[in-house]
Amino acid sequence: MKKYPVETSISYPKKGAMGKTGNWRVFRPILDKTKCVKCLRCWVFCPEASIHREKDGTVSIDYEYCKGCGVCANECNVKAILMKREEAEKK
Amino acid sequence: MTIIIDTGNRIAAKAAIMAKPAVVAAYPITPQTTLVEAIAEYVATGEFKGDYICVESEHSAMSACIGASAAGSRTFTATSSHGLLLMHEMLHWAALARLPVVMCNINRVVGPGWNIWVDENDSISQRDTGWIQFYCSSNQEIFDTVIQAFKLAEHEKVVLPVMVNLNAFILSHTSMPADVPEQRIVDDFLGSYVPKWKLDIENPITFGNIIGPDYYYKVRKAMQDAQDHARKLIPQISREWKKLSGYYHGDLLELYKCEGAEYILLSMGAIGAESKIAIDNLQKTGHKIGLARVRVIRPFPIEEIIALGKQADLIVIDRNISVGLEGALFSEVKTALYGESEADVHGFIAGLGGKDVTYKDIETMCTKAMKGKTKHQIWYGVEE
Repeated sequence: MKKYPVETSISYPKKGAMGKTGNWRVFRPILDKTKCVKCLRCWVFCPEASIHREKDGTVSIDYEYCKGCGVCANECNVKAILMKREEAEKK
Repeated sequence: MTIIIDTGNRIAAKAAIMAKPAVVAAYPITPQTTLVEAIAEYVATGEFKGDYICVESEHSAMSACIGASAAGSRTFTATSSHGLLLMHEMLHWAALARLPVVMCNINRVVGPGWNIWVDENDSISQRDTGWIQFYCSSNQEIFDTVIQAFKLAEHEKVVLPVMVNLNAFILSHTSMPADVPEQRIVDDFLGSYVPKWKLDIENPITFGNIIGPDYYYKVRKAMQDAQDHARKLIPQISREWKKLSGYYHGDLLELYKCEGAEYILLSMGAIGAESKIAIDNLQKTGHKIGLARVRVIRPFPIEEIIALGKQADLIVIDRNISVGLEGALFSEVKTALYGESEADVHGFIAGLGGKDVTYKDIETMCTKAMKGKTKHQIWYGVEE
């Protein structure tokens, strides 16, 4: 990739260019695979490309980058994704 | 070369289209309106072949120029007063994003009260945005400076936006002759715009993303370095243009009859032109006084002003006021001299709100200063 010499705010495309944004999350989407009908609405609507398509047609959620916006849960027609508040890390 | 007689605005428009920008985005405002109307005429006649984007505000005009420039286009716009102030956020953006947009600003009073005449508070209040700022004193200088502005903005060691200021009505609406070179000369001088970096689907990048404190700090330093490069380049570019066109209006300063002067007057814009007559008259009556017309205020001509301060006492006329302190040029001249010169600096505020400043007024101010009566800034025409 071509790198530019000018000192301004430029970012080059790569996975996680902004760091591991999963730690921004307050609500965690929990997928219930027994309810999922593989319609892929969550995969289409996720603004952060944090829903992965698996080879068997199911989906999984990448918690390293998911910011917990809840768009997937809102779009899911069969309510297979629920948003659950993150719990404080146990010491 | 062809001599045309036209207004400052229309000559600015002529220069702008001869630079062949790919995109012009503008919103009309008095007294800039006839400039953008002239560009619209060039669209109608086919002389301007770029895209002319009519937007809904000045904020959008600058935003459209930013987008077009980021996509790798040579870009031009023009505004005035409240239009410039509405752009303020995007002026910072254009400079921090290092986009070489060129803009004419017609210096007009800021309201209220509503007033369309000249003073320089509109652009003076944009000094901290990172834009390079020129102030013109004749229609010929407007033409030549607009062309030079593109060269400077796009230079690989600058890559910053440039504002070319011309005073409302005194220049914008006054017809004067200007010598316009053949298109070929402008083409040779500017070349086609080769962006140093741009939005490109073959090389996808994001502009204007989040950056942390350490890197942001470097971005600011890089802007300062670019302005320092511009300070060195402006004289080179002025002289290169002189070779091609025969016209030269000074470097960062235009020095007029400064040899042997014990006093040097510093003024800007149209008052700078009027000052020459005052200097001629004062010299005829035996005063050792010269003129340094400030053509560029960003980058500030630090070394040049120190040299003046080592030669003579200085008299500064500001057609602006940083309310709560003093005229901006007065402040900055003293800043440049700190620790370098013991010269007295006399300051005057004059011509705010479009109040006329004639050569006789300038002579009166200079005479007062030469009698040693002023150290602090005087509001000329108000104090009596």
